[in-house]
Amino acid sequence: MSDQTPILNAKNLSIFYGDNEAVKSISLPIFERKITAIIGPSGCGKSTFLRSLNRMNDFIDGVSHRGEILYRDQDLYADTVDPVEARLRIGMVFQKANPFPKSIYRNIAWGPNINQLGGNLDLRVENALKQAALWDEVADRLDDSALNLSGGQQQRLCIARALAMEPEVILMDEPCSALDPVSTARIEDLLFELKENFTIVIVTHNMQQAARVSDYTAFMENGVLVEFGETDQVFTRPKEKRTEEYVTGRFG
Amino acid sequence: MNDTNPRTQAFTRAQLRRRRAQSKAFEYFCSGVTGLAVVVLALLLYDIFMDGYRWVDAQFLNSFPSRFPEKAGIKSALVGTLWLVGFTAIIAIPTGVLAAIYLEEYAPKNRLTHFIEVNIANLAGVPSIVFGILGLAIFVRFFGLGRSVIAGALTMSLLILPVIIIAAKEAIRSVPSSLRQAAFALGATRWQVVRAHVLPSAMPGILTGVILALSRAIGETAPLIMIGALTFVAFLPSGPMDEFTALPIQIFNWTARPQETFHELAAGGIIVLLAVLLLMNALAVFIRYRGSKQ
Repeated sequence: MSDQTPILNAKNLSIFYGDNEAVKSISLPIFERKITAIIGPSGCGKSTFLRSLNRMNDFIDGVSHRGEILYRDQDLYADTVDPVEARLRIGMVFQKANPFPKSIYRNIAWGPNINQLGGNLDLRVENALKQAALWDEVADRLDDSALNLSGGQQQRLCIARALAMEPEVILMDEPCSALDPVSTARIEDLLFELKENFTIVIVTHNMQQAARVSDYTAFMENGVLVEFGETDQVFTRPKEKRTEEYVTGRFG
Repeated sequence: MNDTNPRTQAFTRAQLRRRRAQSKAFEYFCSGVTGLAVVVLALLLYDIFMDGYRWVDAQFLNSFPSRFPEKAGIKSALVGTLWLVGFTAIIAIPTGVLAAIYLEEYAPKNRLTHFIEVNIANLAGVPSIVFGILGLAIFVRFFGLGRSVIAGALTMSLLILPVIIIAAKEAIRSVPSSLRQAAFALGATRWQVVRAHVLPSAMPGILTGVILALSRAIGETAPLIMIGALTFVAFLPSGPMDEFTALPIQIFNWTARPQETFHELAAGGIIVLLAVLLLMNALAVFIRYRGSKQ
């Protein structure tokens, strides 16, 4: 379906919570500078899969995996890979906006600062906020607390915070689920601009959102990858009956 | 309300009345119990204040103990208490807070950790005199520290460590995990997450716990008696190895005397002790208030 090599590539990946297999032998390529949407009913393992892509599952007790995730042909879970470095290159935006209880400026600057990314920090903050389409709203109050922003602004701040690290991949775990339609539309517009420079993987419950923004769509159910393909094909000519039922809203 | 069904109408009304009565009764019961506690406390304070307020003056604060009540003061006891609490703070705060950070942020969630946590909670309930015996055996005798400020401070540290650890653990646990996740996702190490986000957010709670624990150390008498803090000290400690006395010991000593005047002196000492305690609690409230504003 694509002749490029994937930047991230899950191969026969299974993820377990204790003995419970939440993700069952998934093989899924993530292509560079594309948006890949993962859809599926609640509890199908899509968030678990997403968090495994930058090793955020390391913080949950009792999680183990089998199979591998290749990041530029290197196993992300190899002993030689420092998970901190992996998260530097593969950023994440969470379901609920989680700004630090600090100023807007320091929210963005903290990541580049602790990782000593160098360069002009002010410029980096400005660029990140511009990329996240937040600059015009906050330019004159960078020292205000981030907690005073609206929910939609906070989520864009979290996106800016991830962008400031100049990661290669950004993982988004239902980033719009707590936002109103206007804020959602803004973030979707933003995604189109971001894919010029970044690879994006987005988990979403919103079928229209997946259809609108993504290049590829993966449909998961009960931990199994039912179908993966170009978004157009998945939504208009699904190969699997389950996919068709789900995207047309006949269940789930 | 607009229930038109006559069968449920009667039933609902009666039931609702009973539930309201129950609710009111519980409210009155709670406010009664609270009032009782306040009244008892007020009576106690009033009694002590009436006994001792005449004695609390500059001369009282500035004099050493004496055989003559008119000349006796609490200078050595007050200064001794400050030395004791100062060293206890230096020893117990870093140890307790670091232990709490380890247990909450680093320790694997296994049986050993659970065992340690349960036992810290148990230690918080051990009578203080037991810690006194331990301090006597280990610090005073085994390490040969004698009846010094440092031996007292080490014993007090053992006593309040569980309290500090438990309070600090609670404060650290109440920091939302979404903050930690956000920081980790930016490529932070555990230490960077703890230093930049967990500790600042937990700080008001940790400080409140620390100050309440130190307040407890100020009022403790039994462990100090066990390790042999002196009751008649006519000099000020000039270093951690010096002998010392403390406010509760001095108060205890005065109440044991037969003369009525010494009992009034004891009441005066209690007023000074309460003043120190109130100051520290006010500090805790102030820190909590400032922390919650941010």
